[in-house]
Amino acid sequence: MSLALFTLILLLGAFCAGMLGALTGLGGGVVLIPLITLGFGYDIRYAIGTSLIASIATSSGAAAAYIKEGITNIRIGMFLEIATTSGAIIGAAVAILIPTHFVAMLFGLVLLFSAVMTLRKQEEHIAVNSPFAAKLKMGGTYPSKQGMVSYGVRNVFGGYLIMTLAGILSGILGIGSGAVKVVAMDIMMRVPFKVSTTTSNFMVGVTTAAGAVVYLQRGYIQPGLALPAIIGVLLGAMAGSKILMNAQVKWLRILFSIIIGLMAFEMIYNGITHKL
Amino acid sequence: MNWFSSQYWQQRDMEHMIGKWLRAGVFLSATVALLGGILYLQQVHEIPDYKTFHGAAAQFRHLPGILHGVAAFDGASIIQLAVVLLIATPILRIAFSVLAFAIEKDKRYVIISLIVLCIILFGMFSGLGG
Repeated sequence: MSLALFTLILLLGAFCAGMLGALTGLGGGVVLIPLITLGFGYDIRYAIGTSLIASIATSSGAAAAYIKEGITNIRIGMFLEIATTSGAIIGAAVAILIPTHFVAMLFGLVLLFSAVMTLRKQEEHIAVNSPFAAKLKMGGTYPSKQGMVSYGVRNVFGGYLIMTLAGILSGILGIGSGAVKVVAMDIMMRVPFKVSTTTSNFMVGVTTAAGAVVYLQRGYIQPGLALPAIIGVLLGAMAGSKILMNAQVKWLRILFSIIIGLMAFEMIYNGITHKL
Repeated sequence: MNWFSSQYWQQRDMEHMIGKWLRAGVFLSATVALLGGILYLQQVHEIPDYKTFHGAAAQFRHLPGILHGVAAFDGASIIQLAVVLLIATPILRIAFSVLAFAIEKDKRYVIISLIVLCIILFGMFSGLGG
């Protein structure tokens, strides 16, 4: 295979990663890491470095559109970024101690979890802030077809703890851990679905950047892999954020969760048999 | 027009500014990556060995080495510069938020933004990456 063709294949993979990342809030890594490790048979550490770059591009590329629509809650994002960035640094620090086949299995488990979370029912949201959330001015409004919807936030502490875990996983695996972020915001804090998806996406950039500064110094980020990742993911994220705004994405979620579910089993299998 | 007056920020809405900043950063990075990529594909023809982990070459791991390569029109170094720009975008977004919350006189969120910034700077300079 020529280098140009190889770059083109990765570019297409990154485009899909960016689009699905923007649609689901899961970040680009869930597609890119299996493509690079299972598809090309490359070392998972290069896949992690590439995925980190892709996740930053997905987040930053899509965030602008969501913020413009007034869906993203920047205060919730900012506060929880304390948890995710400190988690990401811890994750990047311990990652070097973990054998790669274990990293592959852990990634598979997180993928599996992401697949299930993509299909979950939406939680009902609440109207009034808890006292602590009120102190941090966390609730807000977002636009919907029925007009502006206002919402409150509760259980900030529980959300914070889960966000720390999301950050640690992000630091070890080089992914946005969007699925775990959504658990913290949707289920614990009762942030409405659209708000938590877009706020999670917004937070992914900062979380993965915190890990990426460490991984760049460690040599996980290869220019030949970063090139298609940056460009492909950016184009994909822009396409995805347009679709999310205008279309029903239920069928896409179902298809997506089946695909990542299959990839999850493959990653776990390869981890157990020490192929990765 | 006074950029640092509170009226300006209320009118312009800091959230929109943050969104625009992120988009500008990521587009700049992609443009640099594209330029570097064109050079890279002319300078390199074989797919590098990614099957066994050696780590990226030392000059691609630190900003001085990357800039040195950029000055020599090395495609791979220009791509790494795009990577650095991409990583810098959300980090500078946090720095920007500190300023924006200060202008809104929201002390709690100035402190929260500063904590996030310090955590990232710690990761950068703690030598965790070796």
